[in-house]
Amino acid sequence: MKDILQELEDRRAIARAGGGERRVQAQHGKGKLTARERIELLLDEDSFEELDMFVRHRCTDFGMEQDRPAGDGVVTGWGTVNGRMVYVFSQDFTVFGGSLSETHAQKICKIMDMAMQNGAPVIGMNDSGGARIQEGVASLAGYAEVFQRNIMASGVVPQISLIMGPCAGGAVYSPAMTDFIFMVKDSSYMFVTGPDVVKTVTNEVVTAEELGGASTHTKKSSVADGAFENDVEALYEIRRLIDFLPMSNRDRAPTRPFFDAPDRIEPSLDTLIPANPNQPYDMKELIQKVADEGDFFEIQKDFAANIITGFIRLEGQSVGVVANQPMVLAGCLDIDSSRKAARFVRFCDAFEIPILTLVDVPGFLPGTSQEFGGVIKHGAKLLFAYGEATVPKVTVITRKAYGGAYDVMSSKHLRGDFNYAWPTAEIAVMGAKGAVEILYRAELADKDKIAARTKDYEDRFANPFVAAEKGFIDEVIAPRSTRRRVARAFASLRGKQLKNPWKKHDNIPL
Amino acid sequence: MFKKILIANRGEIACRVIKSAKRMGIKTVAVYSDADRHALHVKMADEAVYIGASPAAQSYIVIDKILDAVRQTGAEAVHPGYGFLSENRVFAAALEAIGVVFIGPPSPAIEAMGDKITSKKIAQEANVSTVPGHMGLIADADEAVKIATKVGYPVMIKASAGGGGKGMRIAWNDAEAREGFQSSKNEAAASFGDDRIFIEKFVTQPRHIEIQVLADSHGNCVYLHERECSIQRRNQKVIEEAPSSFLDPATRKAMGEQACALARAVGYTSAGTVEFIVDDKRNFYFLEMNTRLQVEHPVTELITGIDLVEQMIRVANGEKLPFTQDDLKINGWAMESRLYAEDPYRKFLPSIGRLSRYRPPVEGPTVTGGIVRNDTGVFEGGEISMYYDPMIAKLCTWAPTRTQAIEEMRTALDTFEVEGIGHNLPFVAAVMDHPRFVSGAITTAFIEEEYPDGFKGATLDEALLRRVAAAAAAMNRVAEIRRTRISGTMDNHERKVGDHWVVSLQGQSYPVIVAADRDGSTISFADGAPHRVTSDWTPGGHLARISVDGEPLVMKVGKIPSGFRLRLRGADLKVLVRTPRQAELGALMLEKVAPDTSRFLLCPMPGLIVNIAVEVGQEVQEGQALATVEAMKMENILKAERTAVVKSIKAKAGSSLRVDDVIMEFE
Repeated sequence: MKDILQELEDRRAIARAGGGERRVQAQHGKGKLTARERIELLLDEDSFEELDMFVRHRCTDFGMEQDRPAGDGVVTGWGTVNGRMVYVFSQDFTVFGGSLSETHAQKICKIMDMAMQNGAPVIGMNDSGGARIQEGVASLAGYAEVFQRNIMASGVVPQISLIMGPCAGGAVYSPAMTDFIFMVKDSSYMFVTGPDVVKTVTNEVVTAEELGGASTHTKKSSVADGAFENDVEALYEIRRLIDFLPMSNRDRAPTRPFFDAPDRIEPSLDTLIPANPNQPYDMKELIQKVADEGDFFEIQKDFAANIITGFIRLEGQSVGVVANQPMVLAGCLDIDSSRKAARFVRFCDAFEIPILTLVDVPGFLPGTSQEFGGVIKHGAKLLFAYGEATVPKVTVITRKAYGGAYDVMSSKHLRGDFNYAWPTAEIAVMGAKGAVEILYRAELADKDKIAARTKDYEDRFANPFVAAEKGFIDEVIAPRSTRRRVARAFASLRGKQLKNPWKKHDNIPL
Repeated sequence: MFKKILIANRGEIACRVIKSAKRMGIKTVAVYSDADRHALHVKMADEAVYIGASPAAQSYIVIDKILDAVRQTGAEAVHPGYGFLSENRVFAAALEAIGVVFIGPPSPAIEAMGDKITSKKIAQEANVSTVPGHMGLIADADEAVKIATKVGYPVMIKASAGGGGKGMRIAWNDAEAREGFQSSKNEAAASFGDDRIFIEKFVTQPRHIEIQVLADSHGNCVYLHERECSIQRRNQKVIEEAPSSFLDPATRKAMGEQACALARAVGYTSAGTVEFIVDDKRNFYFLEMNTRLQVEHPVTELITGIDLVEQMIRVANGEKLPFTQDDLKINGWAMESRLYAEDPYRKFLPSIGRLSRYRPPVEGPTVTGGIVRNDTGVFEGGEISMYYDPMIAKLCTWAPTRTQAIEEMRTALDTFEVEGIGHNLPFVAAVMDHPRFVSGAITTAFIEEEYPDGFKGATLDEALLRRVAAAAAAMNRVAEIRRTRISGTMDNHERKVGDHWVVSLQGQSYPVIVAADRDGSTISFADGAPHRVTSDWTPGGHLARISVDGEPLVMKVGKIPSGFRLRLRGADLKVLVRTPRQAELGALMLEKVAPDTSRFLLCPMPGLIVNIAVEVGQEVQEGQALATVEAMKMENILKAERTAVVKSIKAKAGSSLRVDDVIMEFE
């Protein structure tokens, strides 16, 4: 018996050693942790339950039968994050460069199937050179098996990808279909074709970092939802994100004890809106002053900053926030911001996370680049996402809500549950100046007359009361009381039940 | 007594005057510009009158507008505060002409003392000790250099109408004299509408000590002792105290009597201040007389118990001073910190914008036997505007001794929350802990000598660092335990928060063991006695008041990954609290090098480019002026930090730039 136990320990030790001391040191030398170290930091201490530690590949080509390491380049299993179950896989770059074989893929598929069945998120830590070339089509088949599960799991359990090294070629499409992608700055990259192929085919000279580094994907492509300084910070922040998410679509948004009075009054919000209507202000201040303890986990911070998306808590419960940011492009909607917010709204709706929308929107961004780029369909995505969402929806209009953008931003007409406005709100088809230029075209030459007409229009529409008279605004609230009003609104919606008609699935304008 | 007075000022001083007037049962009228529509002084006053556009030149210093406001409201007297029209004899005379009382000295006294050249002559005639220098007007830069050479370097180049550091330069050589003359002249013209300049000997190793005088219209004049204002940056006072630790009773008496002699010589009434430079042998020289209430008057009020504003109003009303010189004793010690919207980490450049958080310490008696007083004109959600002086507040503390007053100030500063803009609070807090400041061995060069490379945050000593580490470990435990109380945890498999942690801060790492009980926790270090920590801090709390071994510790708290940002005593610490394993793996992470910005001249503050002094392709020497940026009425000359060749220029005169916008690139 003793020998058998010893053998188990020996086999475990070999598996845990991964690609060996030298490769581990190389990994560390790049400032990267090993697959197991990453799991250690992601999960609660001693909570990891490993599966398939002894799985080996079955490839016999190119001398591969000589080298069959236990685990096959990926560590899989489950554990807890602050006591809540999550499934994890972590690719081991020290074993065959983390390349994906048929068996490697099978290990990932196993935990994904379990996650869907048992209702817990899947966190993938990607650090892989790509397909195991020696295996040929078997490796490609492995990818497709993973893809199919990403698709099936979408909307069932949260899926989070953490790119902590290379992720190239077909491999990118698994993270691409998960809910969130986070990258580690300077040590990770993602692209469909690498710099060498790019040079051969298009003669473009580009570095891996430029082509698919964290900066590219968080700022330009919007493939990634955020980037962190290093592995340790990334794993800490992913734990923080998981605390905001439900375990599955069978679960409710999580709650936890909070130390912030729901009726906290913030007098400073009364002066948030500048006297000059063309002067911007920072919408993040409102988010932070509404949120429990000022805690805000932002998603896609560096992309389409004219709209802000992220998670806060109210009375301890997670709430998704979508807010126009007047500091960037006056907070207008455009292709990028519509896509960004639409995807976020759909995530929240899929996982029963209530949505708070803060509105200061002057309209859609005009211009040929927008029209040629298809702003009609992209803008429609956000409209569609809000309209189909059945989660509790509370909206606060702080200043401008003009034109079609008013409708889009979780208006009453899109089944908004509580639509509040600050007294500074202006809800109209457009700004007074533009409206008067259309309505009184004949009088344009007469400056005094136009000024008088503009003032009339402002007096009539530059307030929330016209909309409130019609019931489109449920209540005009004092800025200082926003937290209390919003928290109470969500509290009253805890029993909300709303179903969309049965359909195979909808046909959102992709 | 007057029934209603108008305060021809804004900000904290307007609020300060309103407070005294209210206490005396006098109605108050505020005036305001566009930028001040929602200002505190407007809210505090019984009435408020709009007087024009935001720039002071179109509102607060337009005499006719103030006179209109006076007529409109029927105010019987006007308090001018400091700055603006406070030392404008035309204004005082104009009020007199319409039968309204100017709460300040008679206009001839303002005139006599308002011009630095004239005032020096009068002082000499009144047997007041003065500094050698050139009394005439100076035509151009060449003449300035000639005079400077004659007086002997270093020299001080000053705007005749100046004050508060504006239009003032020190020159150590001909080149600096030339440059200083020109920029003083420009600033003087822009700030005071009077570009007359004079030059005098610059006394090295000097202290700035000033005497508060108070005179009535019945021939009585007293001095309310001195204020030590040596802690200055670019001739702008930062920290003031009363009394001075340097003066002996004989010097104090001599200075006080000379100050009164000067006041009498010009028929002075009301409150005024006679400024002296004092050298290391306690020789003192008359500098100038400020014929108004000084910014730093609260320290005098705290040590004498006299409300100077009330006395100014009473004197203006024709009353006799209710005390004589013999009644005026020094009681205890008072400190004042001027909190400015100037970012100490960015060479003290102005920072404007919204005060997203503003929580001053509680005013009044403290539990430790001191007094806190905070004179302010702002509020949370208010704006620090680009149009006026960037002062946020004047924080004062009083205690029986200097040491205790400093200690009170440290606590008050640690408790004072200001967010949303850059401000000098950490710097002032660091000075309060500086051994040389604590010893009292200060001169007006203190800041330049002690912080030659600017301010990079204070460094805490080992003992305090350990207490902070212990506090952070205890706070982290509270935060981590709360995280485990989330809904949806696996029954029987909840996370257990461990006892072993590693606290890393200021380059040190301390492995600790946290043992929590009902009342707090005991934090054991690898060596030394364990620390007992109790606190009512909860996650998200901005301010942690923590007791470590029975000693209070106050810190501002922010959240960062794996720890906290803690600010106290002028230090801004990134404190990591990690498990031993997290710390071990964290040590493997690479240090990232910040991108090299030395090839660029970046705009250090939001402002307007006044001029670009170089051309593309030009080789510039270290210290050579490259561009001038105007912000907060100050012209800031940006100089080359090294020898370089200008590659391209991205901004031009008249451009309005944001912080870190590129002005030019070097090769």
